Amino acid sequence: MQELAARAQPLQRGVSRRTLAIYLFCYAGLAPTLFLFAYLRIIPIATTLAASLYNWDMIRPIRIFVGWGNYLELLQDANFQTALANTSILAAGSVVLGTVLALLLAVTVNARVWGAPIYQLIYFLPVVTPWVPVTVVWKWIYDARFGPLNQAIAVFGLAPQAWLVDERLALVSILIVMVWKTLGYNLILFLVGLNNIPQEYYEAAVVDGASGWIIFRRITLPLLRPMILFVVVISTINSFNVFTPVFMMTSDIQGAAGRLVRTLVYDMWENGFRYFRVGYASAEAALLLGAVLVLTLMHMRLFREDR
Amino acid sequence: MASARAVLRSLALHGILLAAAGLMLLPFVWMFTTSLTPSAEILTPSLRLWPANPTVTHYAEVLGAAPWLRYFWNTVVVSTASAVAILFTSSLAGFIFAKYRFPGRDLLFIIVLGTAMIPFESYMVPFYLQVKALGWINTYQGIAAPLLIMSFGIFFMRQSIITIPDELLDAARIDGASEIYIYRRVILPLSKSALGALAILAVTNSWAFFLWPMIVISDRSLFTMELGLAMFQRAFTVDYGRITAGSVITVLPVLLAFLILRRSIIRGVTLAGMKG
Repeated sequence: MQELAARAQPLQRGVSRRTLAIYLFCYAGLAPTLFLFAYLRIIPIATTLAASLYNWDMIRPIRIFVGWGNYLELLQDANFQTALANTSILAAGSVVLGTVLALLLAVTVNARVWGAPIYQLIYFLPVVTPWVPVTVVWKWIYDARFGPLNQAIAVFGLAPQAWLVDERLALVSILIVMVWKTLGYNLILFLVGLNNIPQEYYEAAVVDGASGWIIFRRITLPLLRPMILFVVVISTINSFNVFTPVFMMTSDIQGAAGRLVRTLVYDMWENGFRYFRVGYASAEAALLLGAVLVLTLMHMRLFREDR
Repeated sequence: MASARAVLRSLALHGILLAAAGLMLLPFVWMFTTSLTPSAEILTPSLRLWPANPTVTHYAEVLGAAPWLRYFWNTVVVSTASAVAILFTSSLAGFIFAKYRFPGRDLLFIIVLGTAMIPFESYMVPFYLQVKALGWINTYQGIAAPLLIMSFGIFFMRQSIITIPDELLDAARIDGASEIYIYRRVILPLSKSALGALAILAVTNSWAFFLWPMIVISDRSLFTMELGLAMFQRAFTVDYGRITAGSVITVLPVLLAFLILRRSIIRGVTLAGMKG
């Protein structure tokens, strides 16, 4: 059997012909994938990092090396500051709300209620619905004059609000849509996590006379930690890249009467594809990339130390 | 009475779940009813769940105003191309990473997984210039280019193929099978359910793709559903009857597919969580 599997042949003096054939198969088989990875990911990522150091205009071919110039300019740029603040608020808000609400719903769904699969199906509808139709209907819901939301709060005697026009409310409005859209996804992940907790733990706790809250804190939460970490990381990355809802619901291009909720990706898109500033947009992209990586690593540390 | 407590508890649970379900469904309800509401009625402030005089005129206008079938076809072409490419690269690379040892394997695997942490949006500008240099602006290849590979797909196929016993592969080798034959006749048939889940994930991803198609496509005849609806909204900003009718048209195929394939779609979309 030995010569059959290459794994039986560590890299020793001579490599047999059979092993060489296996190596050849491995490299040839990986070649298309690795080529695509290099061309579609690694080269553009490297180009982004390099371009961030240049003053580079998409229309003219001249590139002037400016070192950290683009980064220094970004830090002074009011648009970038707004974008960073808005993105951070949206990310923090949607991660906290999205995780907590999904966890609460998951525990409720998991309590063996009748019709749990139907509830799951309903909660998952927004997840599979693409962003553009979602934003179309939410823009109507938020419409200040005739939108259903203002009509609904009027029933409770509340004054109509300019949801997408007021600076703060616009941010809250976008946040609500983001949470609505992703809640079902987090919920399903938590249900997977809850299903992986062995039933005996709960039974043992009940025998010991533990109450529901204690069981949740002492058994459910600790055992669910890997899944919570995963949900938090995924939502952080996704919400840092938020673009479609702000573009569709608040940008002048889509004919919004309201105020633009500028986010990092929106600002980057504008610098790159409206003002054609490749170098400047790349510096912004590099900062976005750095922010996502740092946040991901931070979450991982945070959850590991808690253990 | 224990049963009274159980009934109360059950009522409370259902109360929470129903309220949440209502909030999840309301936007869909409003999308549908607004699309059936005459324009004059939309512009009278009143809270209604069903129009007083339902009409399908918005649909008649919307269907004539944009080539929705064409958009649908374009989306199908792009997502099929994406799914085929991802299934091929992920299954072959996943097989090799799972079942062979060769110099540089771990490093290559780390590179493949590492790039998954980096959001596409952050290298989109140079990516656009690359695609432009290939002459792929306003082409199907242009839209599909970033969708041809998926780090997670490779990881997922590797995890799935690793569970296939080595004895099966060795037995095939004794019978004189080549490695490629093993991939095609042993690995692929045994990975059907994993490939199905991955295909659904790939199609869902490319169906919802918006920012990149918007950048790379300006030719109306190549619009995807998402892009078509966005441009439609731009043209009829405040005509809510029309744009909600357009939304219903683009959402309908997605929701139908979801209701038919709900189990596999929920599994496919949440695949990534299974490793946790």
